[in-house]
Amino acid sequence: MSPDKATARSYLDIDDLSIVLKHQPTHRLLRSVGLHVMPGEVRGLVGESGAGKSMIGKTIFDILPRAVEIVEGSVRLGDDELLKLPQSARRKVIARTSALIPQDPLTALNPVRRIEPQITDRLTRILGVSKSDARERARALLDEVHIRDPESVLRNYPHQLSGGMRQRVLIAAAFAAEPKLIVADEPTTALDVTVQKQILKLIAEMQARHGTALLFVTHDLGVVAKICQNVSVLYGGKIVEDTEVKSLFARPTHAYTQALIAATPRYDRPDESLVPVPAAVIEATQHEIAAADDAWLGARQAGGRR
Amino acid sequence: MSEHARHRRPVSWRLILSGSWLAIVIICAVFAPYIAPHDPLAQDLLLERLPPFWVSGAEPGYYLGTDGLGRDVLSRIIYGARIALTVAFVAATAACLIGSTMGLVAGYFRGWLDQIVSRIVDIWMSFPPVLFSILLVAVIGTGLHSVIIAITAIDWIRFCRVVRAETLVQTRMDYIDSARAAGFSRLNILVREVFPNALPTIVALLSLEMGIAVIVEAILSFVNLSISTDDPTWGGMIAEGRTIIHFAWWVLVFPLIALFLTVLAFSQFGEGLRDRFDPVLR
Amino acid sequence: MTALRAILTRALMTAITLFGVAVIVFVVIRVAPGDPIAMMLPPGASDDDIAHLRALYGLDKSIVQQFFIWLGNVLQGDFGTSISIRQPVSRIVLNRLPATLELSLLAMTIAVLFGGALAFFATRFRETPAETGVDIINGIALSVPDFLWGLALILLLGVAWPVFEISGRISPSLDPQFSTQFYLLESILRLRLDVTLDLLDHMLMPALALALPLAAVIAQLLKVSLKETMNQDYVMLARTKGFSESHVISHDAFRNALLPTLTLTGIQLTFLIGGTVIIERLFSYEGLGNLAIDAVINRDLPLIQGIVLLFAILFVGINLAVDLLYTVLNPRLRHG
Repeated sequence: MSPDKATARSYLDIDDLSIVLKHQPTHRLLRSVGLHVMPGEVRGLVGESGAGKSMIGKTIFDILPRAVEIVEGSVRLGDDELLKLPQSARRKVIARTSALIPQDPLTALNPVRRIEPQITDRLTRILGVSKSDARERARALLDEVHIRDPESVLRNYPHQLSGGMRQRVLIAAAFAAEPKLIVADEPTTALDVTVQKQILKLIAEMQARHGTALLFVTHDLGVVAKICQNVSVLYGGKIVEDTEVKSLFARPTHAYTQALIAATPRYDRPDESLVPVPAAVIEATQHEIAAADDAWLGARQAGGRR
Repeated sequence: MSEHARHRRPVSWRLILSGSWLAIVIICAVFAPYIAPHDPLAQDLLLERLPPFWVSGAEPGYYLGTDGLGRDVLSRIIYGARIALTVAFVAATAACLIGSTMGLVAGYFRGWLDQIVSRIVDIWMSFPPVLFSILLVAVIGTGLHSVIIAITAIDWIRFCRVVRAETLVQTRMDYIDSARAAGFSRLNILVREVFPNALPTIVALLSLEMGIAVIVEAILSFVNLSISTDDPTWGGMIAEGRTIIHFAWWVLVFPLIALFLTVLAFSQFGEGLRDRFDPVLR
Repeated sequence: MTALRAILTRALMTAITLFGVAVIVFVVIRVAPGDPIAMMLPPGASDDDIAHLRALYGLDKSIVQQFFIWLGNVLQGDFGTSISIRQPVSRIVLNRLPATLELSLLAMTIAVLFGGALAFFATRFRETPAETGVDIINGIALSVPDFLWGLALILLLGVAWPVFEISGRISPSLDPQFSTQFYLLESILRLRLDVTLDLLDHMLMPALALALPLAAVIAQLLKVSLKETMNQDYVMLARTKGFSESHVISHDAFRNALLPTLTLTGIQLTFLIGGTVIIERLFSYEGLGNLAIDAVINRDLPLIQGIVLLFAILFVGINLAVDLLYTVLNPRLRHG
């Protein structure tokens, strides 16, 4: 599946998205970001911390912090233009079509609620599934994510489960309503290395079985190489590269991407020495961004004057 | 504090409003004989239960009406401020001094001394404070001194708890040991370090406590255990007003407003001071 | 092992506290000037009469002896005989306790509902003028004590706009012939709703006066705690599931926010019960507090001792109950 196939229509479309700090509206955190995910596609979203990866995820789910503001752009999920909907309708669309696998399984489960309602509440309370059907579904899902004895885990509280188990629960919860799109926000960074591999494998497995589109947010190009078909590279709130994973490693077009690849450990070539991203590359990229910012500001001011 | 931060700090309406009211009450108390239009004790049965000036049947000169014995309500409120403020300042200051000392001693020496103080605090907390103060005044006899003693004896633990907690925190700090090694007395350092840290809280608590003392005095007057019944106290006026509420509401309303505003002002003044001086907030 | 030690330490502390309360009550009352016996006798009673009564009430023994006799009796449930009412203290006190308990529980319910609603409202509309409004209301409700709220309510809802009764527990015309002193409870169980309404008519104002400061405390603590909880990851995740902000607050944040609030509410609850003393007096409500003030005025030593001890036991019990409740509500402690 290739993004430029003429007949295909992407499921998630983010266009020209710019986000600023409310009290500093000339400083953009996201700079005219465009991001497209086809149905069933696995796309990596790569960038170092602070690049704005999580900001994109938060925009999709309408959970941006109050201090920031979307100044322009569009976010389309299926047929719905999210930013044009009122908040309650927007959240309904999101609940029906998308799910988030959060970063830290230790803090993403409510400590005073049992596991079962945390998997099924979307089904029973938003989508109108009966309680017994939802429980059946939860049991099946826990089976799918290879949790032994799902019956008793459903009755447990989060603190009774290990970190890996909790992430499995969260993956099960994400797939509960058969969403069209799942955003995995660095789902393995908070876990032990050994558990990381299992969780990664599980996400890939679940994605393949359910055919869900998956946006995999990570800072790790190695992970992208393993499970993604396509990849968007984010630097300083700007997409600097958007390509197939194969061609990314074979022919990276942007200097920053090239440097990033050189700085990434390769599982297939463990002996190769790593080169940190050179300062010159970062400086050049920042110049590029500054130029884009100037152009954007100029255009907005011109637009404002009109 | 940077210039920037100083500019951002808004005018504290809380401090201005509460401070103004307290100033009015203090002036009334100090200059009562010059301000009050009548003798607060003068009874005149021909003038009993006169309504305030805007109600028909009012007598000129008796702005807020008269009580069941024909005494001028306004004058009694003004004189009542004297007793309220005396109790507030003396009892709260005494409670603050005793409580802070006990807290400092407990937190500084720790061990069995701290155990004793902590148990005393526990025991004190097991009494309903109002009942405790009524009991104490009943035991030591009514009068201004008894009221002050009772309030002090009950409320010192508020200060004790705060100062003890702060002292415990400070004594665990490394600088105490190093300063001691340098030949300074530990207690000296402690007093110099504990008080600046606990001061904003103590000041707020002191102001709050003054409000509480005013209320407790009013409650004691209300159950007829404070000063002699003739002396003008807000609580005594309220007690009388409560009994004739259906015939002369003003006897209850005006002292109640004075009490309400004074209590509110003391607590808000304390909060305002804390906001202004708390090093963490600043 | 450590749990057992903690429980034992706690039990020991409680015992010491209660013993201390007993000592203080006893000592404070014994140093009281004035001879209670003298008040019981008609003028012109003979010295023999006085000596007889002193022996009857154990007042002829040494103070330490009197204390331990009294304490021994108390431990057997015998609080002595009231001097002014001439009945066993335990019977008088237990007769009055239900009235105070019902009033306190009603007040607490109102406080929890008001406080919870205010905190919810302030969180739902946080960082808007609505939150500032709640803060101001809280500030005033907090700094004005129950006594003044009671008086203000009497004026507003009792006199200016007479909605509620301002004195008593039940209208004298109603004689429900109940078998317990839990009038409110019994009237509901017996479906005597006319009595229930009459009781509430009398109880609502004193309960409201007691509830207002506590409601403000609950609202303030809960609001701070809720705002913190609203930034947790699991609350974020709940939002992505399509739940409304109100649902997220009530289902995902509330219970977590409740835990830190609960411990502090325990102490506040004892303040509320302590407040019944003057509030009952103010509203002529025939409960324990009103009785206590009468006892002090009449210098009825056994009765005062009994009531104060009962209050102390109640306070210590509440603190224990709050600790237990905290464990029950917090699954981490339950399974730890």
